[in-house]
Amino acid sequence: MKEISELTKSKISKLKAADEVLFSGRLYTARDQAHKKIADLIKSKKKLPLDLKNKIIYYCGPTLTPKGRVIGSCGPTTSLRMDSYTSYLIKAGVIGLVGKGRRTKQIRELLRKNSLVYFIAPAGCGAYLSEKVTTSKVIAFKELGPEAIYELEVKDFPLVVAIDSKGKSIYQDYDKDNK
Amino acid sequence: MNLEVFKSKIRQTVYKASFELRDDVLAFIKRAYKQEVSSSTKNYLKTIIDNAQIADKKELAICQDTGFPVVFLELGRNTKLDNSLIKVISSEIEKAYKDFSLRASITDPLKRDKSGFGPIEVHIEYSDNNFSKLSLLLKGFGSENKSKLYMLNPNEDITGYVLDAVKKAGPEACPPFIIGIGLGGTSDKALFLAKKALLEGIGSVSSDKEIAILEKKIFLEVNKLKIGPMGLGGKTTALAVKIKTAPTHIAGLSLGININCWALRSASFTF
Repeated sequence: MKEISELTKSKISKLKAADEVLFSGRLYTARDQAHKKIADLIKSKKKLPLDLKNKIIYYCGPTLTPKGRVIGSCGPTTSLRMDSYTSYLIKAGVIGLVGKGRRTKQIRELLRKNSLVYFIAPAGCGAYLSEKVTTSKVIAFKELGPEAIYELEVKDFPLVVAIDSKGKSIYQDYDKDNK
Repeated sequence: MNLEVFKSKIRQTVYKASFELRDDVLAFIKRAYKQEVSSSTKNYLKTIIDNAQIADKKELAICQDTGFPVVFLELGRNTKLDNSLIKVISSEIEKAYKDFSLRASITDPLKRDKSGFGPIEVHIEYSDNNFSKLSLLLKGFGSENKSKLYMLNPNEDITGYVLDAVKKAGPEACPPFIIGIGLGGTSDKALFLAKKALLEGIGSVSSDKEIAILEKKIFLEVNKLKIGPMGLGGKTTALAVKIKTAPTHIAGLSLGININCWALRSASFTF
């Protein structure tokens, strides 16, 4: 198992589909409504509430934070639902994506052209992943509750490379016409 | 049952369903861990087992999607139904969600500007028993999104349709799956039965021989797909297939499919 901290383009280029890694560094949560808001802000040329350059987006909406903990249960949600917004986030500088499940061909192509990476995290294991988070704070869209953007510091967060920067995937592309 | 005892039973049911992975599911996951060969698949199954221990010990939700709470209320002859019973059930579940730091996942379908813990869904059925039963299913939407309804011809074989639904569900619905199938009735009845089938022990075999054979046949076919845990490949695409039936119309065969992720969360009590 490879250990990686803070993702850079050169580190991304060495990752291959199916590699298992332990990631330490920062993740930024965003799911459906945060994606929509970011896309709308970009479309209307307004300022974003955070700089997305070189950031890793984690498709996650945590539970409430139990008393005395850094964060509650915080596993990945289905990545596919973000596919229609992903190009906006990538244009804004995002370099890595973390979620669960397949992506459309368009996303795989987008990752290949921009030499970016898509990871999956252990699905349904929100309690386990909660233990890997060392700090957590809401940094944007607080009104969205679980759909707000959280900045997370994680240590040894287990990931699998699902689509690498060459466009190689562990999954078949999701065919959205075959729903 | 005294009202305060009833409320505390509801609270315990939310606690159990959210923090304690069902014994039958955990046993099947452990068996899959032994049977699988690939290291990434085994690693994932090991993480599921560790996750169950952490959730239980630290009172953390098994999955951050703490689900849509669906109540199946089976009223026996001992219970009179009045609106206050449903109100108590709904408000206690919502309160328990907040107290146990679960997730506010329920939102207006169009506005989507905020989310809360309710309203929940309650299905009411009647039985001739002299006791009543409340079962709670916390339905995660990663798998709920993959629900399917097919209106078939009377003599069609359902296997191919189930396989199609499983392929479409794929890795994002969090395999290994528990597959609930509702066969018969009208369209909504078939979907209801498919969801209700998830409440049954996954190791139990149907007392109806024909259904038991069909469940086994579909189970074997699904596992030939080799989707495997988290779609990483392997022998375990489904942990179980559960079928419930209802009489239907001579002109059709309603087939409801409700796929559940491995994190099948339910609990119940009688009163």
